[in-house]
Amino acid sequence: MLLVTADSIDPDALRKRLCDSAAGAYVSFEGWVRDENEGQTVLRLEYEAYEPLAVKEGEKILAEARASYPILHAACVHRTGVLEIGDCAVWVGVASAHRDAAFLAARFIIDALKVRLPIWKKEYYANGDSGWVNCEHCAGRNHSAA
Amino acid sequence: MKTITVRYFAVFRENAGTTAETLTADVATAADVFEITRERHRSAEPAGHCKVAINDELATWQTAVNDGDTVLLFPPVAGG
Repeated sequence: MLLVTADSIDPDALRKRLCDSAAGAYVSFEGWVRDENEGQTVLRLEYEAYEPLAVKEGEKILAEARASYPILHAACVHRTGVLEIGDCAVWVGVASAHRDAAFLAARFIIDALKVRLPIWKKEYYANGDSGWVNCEHCAGRNHSAA
Repeated sequence: MKTITVRYFAVFRENAGTTAETLTADVATAADVFEITRERHRSAEPAGHCKVAINDELATWQTAVNDGDTVLLFPPVAGG
């Protein structure tokens, strides 16, 4: 399951979806909104996604994880919209018989989705500036990276 | 000449001031479309940092574009 949603993420509810009597391990990753980036104080974030392709590419990443590691279930939810400091921006969960596969698959999934999903992050700073992350050359970026 | 719909996201949308526009131009590949939009909207982002999709399928800059295609231009992604 790969979900892109404007609703807040509930990790406890998501965890229950992966329960399986054959699972001896469960690993989850939560990405939280942090109050600092590259020396700038961050007030909030805004995520934009192109959902049709984000879901398609995300399902491909989950399928790759299932093909590469002996896991039972893998799922991911990514937020869109405005998020405040401390909010959960992304959740990844993996259930497997043994812990090694769950750790490795969770790491693979979060690393892959950060570089492959058509999702963009705009940071709003305490000094009134804002900027799209990873977009150093964009004309619309109105602050220089520290 | 081909008529192409171009869709913009994130900083590209902000630069263009629109989510989509129609181009009528002599273009062969996705790279040709990107170059036209870069000039039109004065974007300095190199293609190597960006991604492109055609008709909702991820493509490469060398992928051919056909009359009536929708080209989606993705600036550098930053999920997670």
